[in-house]
Amino acid sequence: MNSSVAVQWQAVCKLDDVLPGTGVGVRLPGRQAALFRTRDGSLYALDNRDPFSQANVLSRGILGSVGDKRVVASPIYKQHFDLETGQCLEDEAVSLTVYPVEVEGDVIKLAVPA
Amino acid sequence: MAKQQLLLIGHGMVGQRYLESLVAQGGREHFDITVLCAESLPAYDRVGLTSYFSGKTADDLSLVPEGFFAEHDITLKLNTKADAIDRGARTVTTNTGETLSYDKLVLATGSYPFVPPIPGNDRDNCFVYRTIDDLDAMIAASKGGKVGTVVGGGLLGLEAAKALHDLGLQTHVVEFAPRLMAVQVDDFGGGLLKDKIQELGVTVHTSTGTKDIVDGETCKHRMNFGEDNYLETDVIVFSAGIRPQDELARACELELGERGGVVVNNHCVTSDDSIYAIGEVALWEGRIFGLVAPGYQMAEIAAEHLMGKVENQFQGADMSTKLKLMGVDVASIGDAHGNTPGSRSTVFMDQTAGIYKKAVISECGKKLLGAVLVGDANDYGNLLQLCLNEMDLPGDPAALVAPVSDGAPLLGADALPDTAQICSCNNVSKGDLCAAIDGGAMTVGDLKSCTKASATCGGCSALVKQVLDSELEKRGVEVNNHLCEHFPYSRQEIYHLVRVGQITTFDELLEKHGSGEGCDICKPTAASVFASCWNDYVLNKPHAGLQDTNDYFLGNLQRDGTYSVVPRVAGGEITPDKLIVLGEVAKKYDLYTKITGGQRVDLFGARVEQLPDIWRTLVDAGFETGHAYGKSLRTVKSCVGSTWCRYGVKDSVGTAIQVEERYKGLRSPHKIKMAVSGCTRECAEAQSKDVGVIATEKGWNLYVCGNGGMRPRHADLFASDLTDEELIKTVDRFLMFYIKTADRLQRTSVWLENLEGGLDYLKQVILEDSLGIGAELEAEMAHVIDTYQCEWKTTIEDDEAVKRFKHFVNDNSADDNLKYVRERGQRRPAFEHERIELVEEA
Repeated sequence: MNSSVAVQWQAVCKLDDVLPGTGVGVRLPGRQAALFRTRDGSLYALDNRDPFSQANVLSRGILGSVGDKRVVASPIYKQHFDLETGQCLEDEAVSLTVYPVEVEGDVIKLAVPA
Repeated sequence: MAKQQLLLIGHGMVGQRYLESLVAQGGREHFDITVLCAESLPAYDRVGLTSYFSGKTADDLSLVPEGFFAEHDITLKLNTKADAIDRGARTVTTNTGETLSYDKLVLATGSYPFVPPIPGNDRDNCFVYRTIDDLDAMIAASKGGKVGTVVGGGLLGLEAAKALHDLGLQTHVVEFAPRLMAVQVDDFGGGLLKDKIQELGVTVHTSTGTKDIVDGETCKHRMNFGEDNYLETDVIVFSAGIRPQDELARACELELGERGGVVVNNHCVTSDDSIYAIGEVALWEGRIFGLVAPGYQMAEIAAEHLMGKVENQFQGADMSTKLKLMGVDVASIGDAHGNTPGSRSTVFMDQTAGIYKKAVISECGKKLLGAVLVGDANDYGNLLQLCLNEMDLPGDPAALVAPVSDGAPLLGADALPDTAQICSCNNVSKGDLCAAIDGGAMTVGDLKSCTKASATCGGCSALVKQVLDSELEKRGVEVNNHLCEHFPYSRQEIYHLVRVGQITTFDELLEKHGSGEGCDICKPTAASVFASCWNDYVLNKPHAGLQDTNDYFLGNLQRDGTYSVVPRVAGGEITPDKLIVLGEVAKKYDLYTKITGGQRVDLFGARVEQLPDIWRTLVDAGFETGHAYGKSLRTVKSCVGSTWCRYGVKDSVGTAIQVEERYKGLRSPHKIKMAVSGCTRECAEAQSKDVGVIATEKGWNLYVCGNGGMRPRHADLFASDLTDEELIKTVDRFLMFYIKTADRLQRTSVWLENLEGGLDYLKQVILEDSLGIGAELEAEMAHVIDTYQCEWKTTIEDDEAVKRFKHFVNDNSADDNLKYVRERGQRRPAFEHERIELVEEA
């Protein structure tokens, strides 16, 4: 992410709304994100749009690890995306936008370009 | 240069192999090929003829690849018999009045069954056992009779006896010699074989000759044996050996042997160098070879010679055989009778267990010359290799036949030389297998399809597997069936760990036996294993993140991110009222509607947030989930059966519903499909399913491990004439054994192909309970059945669970990216190019 772009933090849901080991879809202004909570409680957010099928489904992918990378697998054609960087592991040319996540109290917030 | 005319007389197994070999060598560039076949069917598997009685069709037995004759532009004349050969004019005249000229002629006319010159041998209902037509005639004759008799207790005679027995006749075998299978086994082995066959209900008369056959009193015929000694029977089958079909050759004065057979040299050329003879009609060094393997060798050698390749010569052939006769293993290797001067035998016999083994050892005590095995032929592969390769014995000769306490093989596949013949039916050497493995073959199935090893009788399949494993290991291919990088175990091992360790959650499994975070391979596998073992609600919190999206939202994800809905319609039977509910739901939500191949209705295009409402309506109307989304039982298809059909012999719909209700929701390594047909017309196509059931007059025939789809496989007959209870018990055990032992995403068809020991082993485990796990399998199945729940009913009654059916966590709206096109009166997701147009219109 280009840190010079102004961002705005948006509250999206409660921590309890996302079960560990799963993801949820998030509506952001003009776009959709997929918010994930891993088994150890870490939070990540990427685009919800699967670039290989054009369907908004990445929030429904299975979480896991490939080597030391944490990934989500697209539920449609099973490509893996790095949760930290958005990079697709099967295709170098494809990567997703990563949205910074923070928790305030029990509220999860995503950073979106202002 | 103009092409030469090649004429092949005879289209049996050997004739077909000749054509394949010739075509593979480019023979079509030099020859126009015409084939005369006296039978009404092209080449079929005569070795497997008996399976015609147990449900295989003429199509199953065919050896001709589809389109073979058209593809290679070969002319096949069926029902056409050669009447005479004119060697001077180089022509052949046929029974259809044609005269065909040839430049080269190949005789592959095979043999005919010898019928002993007994007065009355030409009466009605006296048959030979050679062709599918013979079998059809036997089947027809057996319908009115109760007793059947085979004259001849050799290999083929016992096959014929099994056929009569399977047709429901009281069966007798009459053998002139003092023992059964006189050529292959000795007195002790023959005696034991006789005992075992009599135990199965076949009466064996040895040292018995028939004087004449006359009208019977209680049956159609009476066979008189001597003083007051006779047998009454309705059907007689002569199987007293074969004679070469050499009439044509005799009439045109080719050189024949004293007792028949067309004399050939090492290239299968007869006394006329324009004429070849191959297979059972050919006489090489005074011998006829009545097995298919040497016939195949002759076919290859004759084809090579025709193409100018003279390197390979026929050198005689090993006549060792292994077969299962009426469930009894019998094998004979090399010098089974110890005729070699100075040879000595070592023998093991256990009459209680019904096992006899004899090894014939050379005078020096170092080499194996021959062997006889009855009752247990597991050592056949090892002994044959020792014998054929003239290898030094690995130790004490007595160890060759002594019972092995740890079951360890005598000989590793590693010890075999590359020239060792592994598959004698198709002449595949260890070197051939290694070449195929170098070429990328990774499984027994691969090897089978590219080398034909184990494709004919299957006797060598365990050895093929051993060679494969040891060669892969040598090549540094890690022979590992680890599930994924997180678990160094196969699915079967994971299943075992879960069951034995009573593990119920993925976290526990990962902590105890795995590493990393898991992935989209191991998580759904673990979820499936938990469901098979403990049958928890799949949406319970600890399991939620393990499920593939289909199982998470209990629907089938489609390409635009919406789901399809498939309620269960057990057996395909549905009331008009329920059908109307499906129509109303589809209409209300504008769902694209299609009838599936599994006799139910698929409703497409439901968004996640619509799913609970749709299912509330369906559950209220009495529907349950159809598990179309799961790796689990899908449907049990049925024909209408005796409910309405005038041909139906049993209630196929009722049984299909019973079976579907029993196994619904059962999670498995892959999806499972079943079908029940109400008669042998088989309208439910049960033989293409994992489990297929077909009604007969006497009960249910059970077929297993069939498949449609990408790699179709015809199901194998597993058990016949089952009662309702036997059917359920057998299917319970079969399914649980599959669930326990299969790999991830392995359908039953591939599972069986890779199962060491194959169908026979599976039958032993399931039908004879050879592992002693039958009761355990049934209990495990009972647990799954007792704990069944409709996942949709549970879901809609649980507010927490319903909450997750939202596209956005922070908004109740629908995905706004969905675009549809109407086609044939219904909607479907727009394709990419259509989306652009839709946006422009907007």
